[in-house]
Amino acid sequence: MGEVTLTIDNKEVKAEEGMTVLEAARSAGIKIPTLCHHEKLEPYTACRICMVEVESRGRSELDTSCSRPVKDNMVVRTQSEELTEIRRTLLELMLSHAPDARELQELVEEYGANRNRFAKEPSFCIHCGLCVRYCAEVKKKNAVVFVKSGVRREISFNKEIASRECWKCRECFELCPTEALQTAYLLTEALTSDSSSFELEPDA
Amino acid sequence: MDNDKIGQIIDKYQGEASSLIQILLDIQHENHWLPRSALEVVSKKLNLPLSKVQQTATFYKAFSVVPIGRHEIHVCKGTACHVNGAQDLLEEVEEVTGIKPGETDPDAKFSLKTVNCLGRCGLGPVIEIDGKTHARMSPAEISDALKKYE
Ligand code: SF4
Repeated sequence: MGEVTLTIDNKEVKAEEGMTVLEAARSAGIKIPTLCHHEKLEPYTACRICMVEVESRGRSELDTSCSRPVKDNMVVRTQSEELTEIRRTLLELMLSHAPDARELQELVEEYGANRNRFAKEPSFCIHCGLCVRYCAEVKKKNAVVFVKSGVRREISFNKEIASRECWKCRECFELCPTEALQTAYLLTEALTSDSSSFELEPDA
Repeated sequence: MDNDKIGQIIDKYQGEASSLIQILLDIQHENHWLPRSALEVVSKKLNLPLSKVQQTATFYKAFSVVPIGRHEIHVCKGTACHVNGAQDLLEEVEEVTGIKPGETDPDAKFSLKTVNCLGRCGLGPVIEIDGKTHARMSPAEISDALKKYE
């Protein structure tokens, strides 16, 4: 694998081909915020908070650093007015779902997000997919999946798989950026309810 | 819906997990909705985790995981149908079937839905029953038409 040299925030950074911009930045001690990123998991680009400005072949564009492969002579900016604006809005949207989310608090301060910009609709989940992907990719159990779509999308534990696998694992709990207990709660609910938790009311 | 029938559908697609959506569509077409028992059979036969099958079954609007009646009624509430009396028509349908949009009656005879436009604005108010279009219906006519369904 070849070595490439790129510039991140005016700093020359050496990286291995095949690395992502996020990995290269972190290896050079440059901080980029992430919420849905996890070293053991494939890039997911759900939270969009790791967005950076990339200049490549004379063009500047926005991209998620967790999924963007490094390239020789690439120029990356991790901070700008536009990026701050984007991250702030993303945080404000997430706050409407998970106002007390543990991992959001520090970012909210840093980017000056307004906690009350959007009406609160607490579902506690920001759809980072960490629990779902960890269970599928690392544990290969698929005990927790996303069900439904669009604004109704939510996580759901499968009763049969969960009752076999989850109590001895529970590794997804601490991954949740919002509230570890939410996963625990939904799991318990799935295990104790008679019908499977995805059989909810019909769509109106 | 019995398991043999589901088995036949799955065999038609050589039991390929990549045909999951097509298989679910066929079952939905035969049975009008996807009962959990059917999803379990699909999961076993395709060797896919049940959770994954549920994820797909709940993702698409084309699938229903709650019972759907033998006859599906779609009342168009698009602008053209609306000004031509869709609301009166809908109320009549609700009256005759005893259900509101989004519901299915206990005998699973009818399911009622409103839709935003069926693209037949010149024929309004339009009602579609089991995919068949009924044009320029009056409440009295729809009431008669619905009585013919078993
Ligand atoms: S429950 Fe938590 S970990 Fe799972 S998708 Fe939602 S926010 Fe992410």
